[in-house]
Amino acid sequence: MLDIPAAKSTETIAGAVHSDHRHDSGHKHVSGEAIYVDDIPTPDNCLNIYIAMSTHAHAKVTHMDVSAVRHAPGVAVVLTATDVPGENDVSPVNGDDPVFADGEVLCVGQSLFAVAADTIQQARAAATLATITYEDLPAYITIDEAMEAGSLLEEPYTMARGDAASAIDGAAHSLSGRFYLGGQEHFYLEGQAALAIPGEDDDVLVYSSTQHPSEVQHTVGKVLGIPNNAVTVEIRRMGGGFGGKETSGNLPAAAAALVAKKTNRPAKVCYDRDDDMVITGKRHDFRIDYRVGYDDDGGITGIEYDQAARCGMSYDLSMAICDRAMFHADNTYYLPHVRITSYRCLTHTVSSCAFRGFGGPQGMVAMERVIDEIAHTLGKDPLDVRRVNYYAAADEESIRNVTPYHMTVEDCVIDEIVQELTASSSYTARRSEIREWNKGSPIIKRGLALSPVKFGISFTTSFLNQAGALVHIYHDGSIHLNHGGTEMGQGLFVKVAQVAAEVFQVDIDRVKITATNTAKVPNTSATAASSGSDMNGMATLNACETIKQRLMEFAASQHQVSVDDIEFLPGRVRVGAEEIPFNKLVHDAYMARISLSATGFYATPKIHWDRASASGRPFYYFAYGAAVTEVAIDTLTGENRILRVDILHDVGQSLNPVIDLGQIEGGYVQGAGWLTTEELWWDDEGHLKTHAPSTYKIPACSDRAPDMRIGLWEKGRNREDTIYRSKAVGEPPLMLGISAFLALSDAVASVADYKTYPALHAPATPECILMAVERLKGGSS
Amino acid sequence: MRDHGTFLLNGERHEIRDMSPTTTLLNYLREDQKLTGTKEGCAEGDCGACTVVVSELVDGAVQHRAVNACIQFLPMLEGKSVTTVERLRGPGGTLHPCQQALVDTHGSQCGFCTPGFAMSLFAAYEDRQGKGLDRDTANDVLAGNLCRCTGYGPIITAAETMGDLPAPQWGEDRAARELRALEALCHTDTVKVASTDQQFFAPATLGEFAELFAEFPDATIVAGATDVGLWVTKRHMHLKTIIYTGRVQGFAHIAVSDNTLTIGAGATYSDAIQTLAEHFPDLGELVRRIGSTQVRNAGTIGGNIANGSPIGDCPPALIALNATLVLRTGDAQRRIPLEDFFVDYGVQDRKPGEFVEAIEVPLLENPDQFRCYKLTKRFDQDISAVCGCFHVTVDDGQVSSARIAYGGMAATPKRASAVEAALVGKAWTMETCEAALSKFSEDFSPMTDMRASSDYRMRSAQNLLIKYFVEGTEPLSTTRLVGRGSTIAGGANHA
Ligand SMILES: Cc1cc2nc3c(=O)[nH]c(=O)nc-3n(C[C@@H](O)[C@@H](O)[C@H](O)COP(=O)(O)OP(=O)(O)OC[C@H]3O[C@@H](n4cnc5c(N)ncnc54)[C@H](O)[C@@H]3O)c2cc1C
Ligand code: FES
Ligand code: FES
Repeated sequence: MLDIPAAKSTETIAGAVHSDHRHDSGHKHVSGEAIYVDDIPTPDNCLNIYIAMSTHAHAKVTHMDVSAVRHAPGVAVVLTATDVPGENDVSPVNGDDPVFADGEVLCVGQSLFAVAADTIQQARAAATLATITYEDLPAYITIDEAMEAGSLLEEPYTMARGDAASAIDGAAHSLSGRFYLGGQEHFYLEGQAALAIPGEDDDVLVYSSTQHPSEVQHTVGKVLGIPNNAVTVEIRRMGGGFGGKETSGNLPAAAAALVAKKTNRPAKVCYDRDDDMVITGKRHDFRIDYRVGYDDDGGITGIEYDQAARCGMSYDLSMAICDRAMFHADNTYYLPHVRITSYRCLTHTVSSCAFRGFGGPQGMVAMERVIDEIAHTLGKDPLDVRRVNYYAAADEESIRNVTPYHMTVEDCVIDEIVQELTASSSYTARRSEIREWNKGSPIIKRGLALSPVKFGISFTTSFLNQAGALVHIYHDGSIHLNHGGTEMGQGLFVKVAQVAAEVFQVDIDRVKITATNTAKVPNTSATAASSGSDMNGMATLNACETIKQRLMEFAASQHQVSVDDIEFLPGRVRVGAEEIPFNKLVHDAYMARISLSATGFYATPKIHWDRASASGRPFYYFAYGAAVTEVAIDTLTGENRILRVDILHDVGQSLNPVIDLGQIEGGYVQGAGWLTTEELWWDDEGHLKTHAPSTYKIPACSDRAPDMRIGLWEKGRNREDTIYRSKAVGEPPLMLGISAFLALSDAVASVADYKTYPALHAPATPECILMAVERLKGGSS
Repeated sequence: MRDHGTFLLNGERHEIRDMSPTTTLLNYLREDQKLTGTKEGCAEGDCGACTVVVSELVDGAVQHRAVNACIQFLPMLEGKSVTTVERLRGPGGTLHPCQQALVDTHGSQCGFCTPGFAMSLFAAYEDRQGKGLDRDTANDVLAGNLCRCTGYGPIITAAETMGDLPAPQWGEDRAARELRALEALCHTDTVKVASTDQQFFAPATLGEFAELFAEFPDATIVAGATDVGLWVTKRHMHLKTIIYTGRVQGFAHIAVSDNTLTIGAGATYSDAIQTLAEHFPDLGELVRRIGSTQVRNAGTIGGNIANGSPIGDCPPALIALNATLVLRTGDAQRRIPLEDFFVDYGVQDRKPGEFVEAIEVPLLENPDQFRCYKLTKRFDQDISAVCGCFHVTVDDGQVSSARIAYGGMAATPKRASAVEAALVGKAWTMETCEAALSKFSEDFSPMTDMRASSDYRMRSAQNLLIKYFVEGTEPLSTTRLVGRGSTIAGGANHA
């Protein structure tokens, strides 16, 4: 009967919440056993699909002949727009991302047709046989071009409070500027991948490397013209996502499903790296104009932002992303009079998409840079200016706690965090030491900066804040866990398994982690917005509690005790005076015909948002953190490196501290990479020239600061009733990397004795830094 | 001549015949052998997800090296032994210390990069008899493995601590078997692997190599395939005839005599780096920053030159060192100054059937007068935007000779002749250098591309002369952020 041994009656379970527990797949990662989509064994007749792409940024396709492609060796089928039985659309919201371009192309890299052949080499070779004639139309590649031409996806959108313009005009000081901020390629190590297996009737099973299985399901249904219930989407794990698999998985999944249903053969799409980088969206690059008024202490009295974002050729999620850039234009600062206007530029480049932080980082960098510039003009330590402007602390009586979107910040702890961090990092002493040191070092200059982070947690599209879970206990006492969240490396699965282990008080290895599957938990939201463990943890808690309640009621009636007198202890259940092994209670319950399976559901409370009036409470709570970064630059070449990083981050009461530390370090490095080495470069015709790791440089091993000290804020506790009072950690740490950018600025400023503001643009590549150094040297001599 | 290739894969003998000889090792593993532990992240040697360990007999002992499976053609493995991640664990599934250390330090998140990291660590572990790595060594060993999730910290800790774990019980036994199996694969026949329209030759002697190349003057020579591999995986070229240098005996010879260092065209960076660093410390540092461990384990200096790229790093360094190129057709040798080899973009002074045999570099009286600077967006594994190499000699305060060469500044690696002329005969002072800056525009009008703008190239190239001058009197710790002589990050940097 009971194959697995009874849980040990030790005093604590392995894998309780708040404990360090390694990633559930660690041992499989290191041995190559962990399976990703392209590793799934396929039958020999599996087709490989190549997606042929537009080579023009904006053009009419006057003629496209694929007959030679059809007749090439190994080719089973070629699909164009006319072969789509349902809707020719893979967009998440607006119906503007065709599976295959139909008559007009809107960017280089837009998909034109799909070739399925026995091997990918055959498919790729065949695709070159198509004859395509383009008639070029005017193309806007950059933000400047789009703004100049008024090429916008929609009317500019504004969030405002008070009268910013008058406040700035009447301020003791004011300044203004323009800041260009580059985009970012996700560079998940595993490219987009989808494998479709045809079934009977309309059925199709799609393995998709996606953060959003429900949307892939919906998209495949829409494209094939079949109901959602015919489509099952499954994903065990992704080789990285970072937002890049929130919507970009729709096209490969749809193409694979189309081919599979057309040919009745399994079919697979795996973009190679270059295709992936050309065909999929990136973080939005921004141009931000700012005008700010402030007093002698640097206290901001009024500020205006005009944020222009390159959205690319379609909406994708740009509306919500640009909104979030606005939501984070304040960062940790109270802005008494404020106007933030957002321009969503339609350009003839690939549609920009979600990327860790989802617009928030862009809004935040600009704010931090403005603070630095204010400090600069006043000759102050930027930290002093930051402090003057913070939102009121959590329990402080103050009016300085309302955001530009009229939400009250109830949980601000940034001052406490920053004070601890300044002390532990010796910020002040190092700042003066570095300035002294720079005087004696003509070529190498060091710089130091601190930057805080406040990041709003919840989908700002309120209805997305829902999650589901499915938990079974089998009668041998083993537990099957499933929920709508996806695993992309962030440790979601282990954290949620900890929740189940905690509720039932069993060792975590009793909890089977299973692949996300739309047939088990339906209508899920993307694993995004850092909400994965908040929402799926809660839904799982809900499911587990349901079963636990049934078990308790059963035990109570069987043993004639009150439910209040039942307690789940490690590996066992105390029922009155008696202790029963967990396994036995489960088995007894089964024999007594008690249901041991439950669904769970969660909808984040308190949130609401009214877009028309730009007001509401879009966020359940905020996550906070701060970082101090020290850098060195070479003033002859602009080369630079990060020397030391100190981080203090608030994850509430961490579900799993080692996992959270991993998110923080990885997030920081990714954020710093975005603002330093990672440069996306398009030519004038709209061809991305940095489409592989040979030309697009994410941080490598030696770029990590040799001295990195990361701490979880010990006092951290979520004021809201989140899963075991933890806080989301996926996105916020990325923005800690802003301190690296500001530190570079500090180092550059030293060449003109801190008299001229370097006004760096991002990414601060060696070129950007050298040019700033030369500018400052020119100005000061 | 043999009509098939033979190599070991995870201890088992594999024969390759009747297949496209440009099949990459990675595709063979994943598609033919269904060994999916080895991942593809880029197919261009830049991410390390496909890292495997290739072992071969060198002077009777087994040498283990991490390479990128994505740009190795299968027949290049003739007579070698390939170990993939599937083979690391011991009997019963015990993790190898490099794997266990990664698990213990939380060194994986999404895990897609992890098999590659494990293999790089495994190679280093084998190389160092089971010792952990210090941080700088770890950075060099792992420079060719990208991870987008972790931020690297835990992986570096794993590299440092793997030596503290118990050594694998199964190691010695496997090593002994591998040695025997490799010995059994030794032979000196020319190997040919062919498909219907492609052929690949792997001759074992220089004579046969020369003969084959004379017979097929249109053949593509392949050495490490760190360039040619990408022609296939990126440009999707269909190579008809390939002649491989890797088995040619004596071709990787490195020797010093008569004040000349001779580097056989087949010597890999890894073969050469130690000798180079001994005689030309800054060239050692430059080579440390070429590609990554995996790339240096496969790529050759001869290939770097023959490839003729304007942004290869060895040419400007070797031109500044006044190197001579030894070319050979059949039995006939021809010696030319290296700088004359680069005629124009994509054009070299190489006749049909002629190949690069060796590079001869005169040794320097004062090796520290020779300096190289490689400017990139990222320090490790990045192609130069500008590479500046300097050798200026000074007698009695006067510049007696100057050889300055740049990569990335023109259509070929090129000397800064006007700049040199402005220096020679002048007092070696900052003023002289500053006066020479205006001459750069006579020598170069660099282009703008994704690596850097024309302005940056020009400005930084000029500044490198200033840096070179400053380094004549100031310690490297005041001018360098990484590598040789740098102390900014605590002093341990490759001192
Ligand atoms: C990820 C990565 C990073 C890199 N980073 C750098 C870098 O930082 N700096 C840099 O300079 N380079 C870099 N390279 C390129 C560098 O590795 C190559 O230029 C290498 O040196 C070529 O050697 P190979 O043995 O691999 O040549 P192959 O690829 O085998 O051949 C290259 C060319 O040389 C020819 N050839 C080879 N040997 C001979 C011979 N004996 N006679 C005649 N022709 C011959 C071939 O026909 C071919 O045209 C990088 C490459 C990769 C993949
Ligand atoms: S797949 Fe990236 S190095 Fe081979
Ligand atoms: S763990 Fe995801 S790329 Fe390294």
